Amino acid sequence: MRLTCPLCGERDRREFYYYGAEDYLHRPSEGAPLAEWDSYLHLRDNPAGVTKDLWYHEAGCSQWLLVTRNTVTHEISSVEMVAGRKA
Amino acid sequence: MRYSGLKVITEGLFGNKGWTPAWRDPSPKADYDVVIIGGGGHGLSTAYYLAKNHGITNVAVLEKGYLGSGNIGRNTTIVRANYFLPGNSEFYSHSMKLWEGLEADLNYNVMHSQRGLINLFHSDGQRDAFVRRGNAMINQGDDAILLDRDGVREHLPYLDFDNTRFPINGGLLHPRGGSARHDAVAWGYARGADQRGVDLIQNCEVTGIDIQGGKVVGVQTTRGAIRAKKVGIVVAGRSSQVAAMAGMRLPIESHVLQAFVTEGLKPVINHVISFGMGHFYISQSDKGGLVFGGDLDFYASYAARGNLPMVEHVMEAGMTLMPMIGRAKVLRSWGGIMDMSPDGSPIIDKTHVDGLFIDCGWNYGGFKAVPASGWCMAHLMATGEPHEVAAKFRLDRFATGHLLDEEGTGSQHNLH
Ligand SMILES: Cc1cc2nc3c(=O)[nH]c(=O)nc-3n(C[C@H](O)[C@H](O)[C@H](O)COP(=O)(O)OP(=O)(O)OC[C@H]3O[C@@H](n4cnc5c(N)ncnc54)[C@H](O)[C@@H]3O)c2cc1C
Ligand SMILES: [Zn+2]
Repeated sequence: MRLTCPLCGERDRREFYYYGAEDYLHRPSEGAPLAEWDSYLHLRDNPAGVTKDLWYHEAGCSQWLLVTRNTVTHEISSVEMVAGRKA
Repeated sequence: MRYSGLKVITEGLFGNKGWTPAWRDPSPKADYDVVIIGGGGHGLSTAYYLAKNHGITNVAVLEKGYLGSGNIGRNTTIVRANYFLPGNSEFYSHSMKLWEGLEADLNYNVMHSQRGLINLFHSDGQRDAFVRRGNAMINQGDDAILLDRDGVREHLPYLDFDNTRFPINGGLLHPRGGSARHDAVAWGYARGADQRGVDLIQNCEVTGIDIQGGKVVGVQTTRGAIRAKKVGIVVAGRSSQVAAMAGMRLPIESHVLQAFVTEGLKPVINHVISFGMGHFYISQSDKGGLVFGGDLDFYASYAARGNLPMVEHVMEAGMTLMPMIGRAKVLRSWGGIMDMSPDGSPIIDKTHVDGLFIDCGWNYGGFKAVPASGWCMAHLMATGEPHEVAAKFRLDRFATGHLLDEEGTGSQHNLH
């Protein structure tokens, strides 16, 4: 499996650290109800098919990346920088 | 039909013409007291103990493929009771005791072999942690022996003790640990359940869960609708999909775990060996193949095959630990879909729907749990109360902060 980093180009999977589902981008606000924290930290849609998840280009540009890919075929359809999205 | 040594001999003498199928192949009835979704190890053992321990026999196990086509037929068969945390410790200890009586109970040879499990350590800190774990095991009534370097050498002379990165300083021996024949466990439970009246229905995928007024009333399947008073979801890597049919979002992420087997060799590895620092473990099957594996591929996946980086890593770790295996040829590799929970511990609980129960979150350690999981899930479904050895496997423990993080790695699904 290879990921195409927007900054570094197509790189081997081993350069990246997988963190988890995109849920990690939706951190609850301070004082949010516990159910929101539970959902953020633990609960997952866990689809068999297209998913979005977070990868860190550890051995490259050190960017957090939002990857859209298929969990059944391992096909990657897009890789975006998290930093760009937030701006 | 009862199996026995005498039966094998007489059948051998008369052309093996007297064997009959080990279970029936019934069509689904319209109505059951209990429907179990998933014909893996846990679903089959749940059905068996529902019938045997609780006299509930109007039960169907619905399996989308064939019995044992999931993880139960894909795992590397390590059976151990070396857990540490209260909650896990008593559960796996109970499972070990069930394993020890399983063949007599099922009248089925599951080839359970208590050949001893050795976990290697390479540093003082790791040794201290193993001493603590060993004491927890002994306190639970199980067995653990701390081996120094020479002690390990006596058992495993062929390891590379002088590895510069991870010199072997000793190991924790769990003499009652070992392995079993994975398929036989599924088949033994299937036959035992069938003999007690349970319908095992294959090629029957559950596509919906029918709920009325907050209570489960049945399931939709590829072989028609089936009514049920109680339903158990026992589908391992597919838990999120099936639970979603009841509107649930689970604390589960599915990951692929690979394993490998070599050509058959003469007996050479007598134990189960685990090399935690290299994420590598190995044993030898009774057929002679070296069975070994490593860690997850680390990203969420439903592909029942892995990726090459982990293949390379596992081979390297094996060569580092025991260079003697380098000339064995790898025959096959495969993957299974693991239901990873955020604390690495399982869930056996009721759900928000009356009569709907769930058993999942087995991570990559659910084979050894097959007997106790079925025992406790059956108890829960029959009595409505959790069994005492599974009382901490609550679905809401994540929300309430009562995590059972055996490895202390934090609430990230792929780190357990
Ligand atoms: C490579 C590998 C190595 C492992 N090594 C070990 C080990 O050494 N020791 C250990 O203790 N554990 C080990 N495990 C883990 C262990 O195999 C699993 O935790 C355990 O088998 C899971 O429970 P199960 O047997 O019920 O799962 P499965 O056998 O996967 O059963 C689930 C069943 O549900 C069925 N199903 C899914 N969806 C539906 C539906 N909608 N309708 C009907 N049926 C459905 C599936 O087809 C499947 O047959 C390993 C796993 C793997 C993959
Ligand atoms: Zn990059």
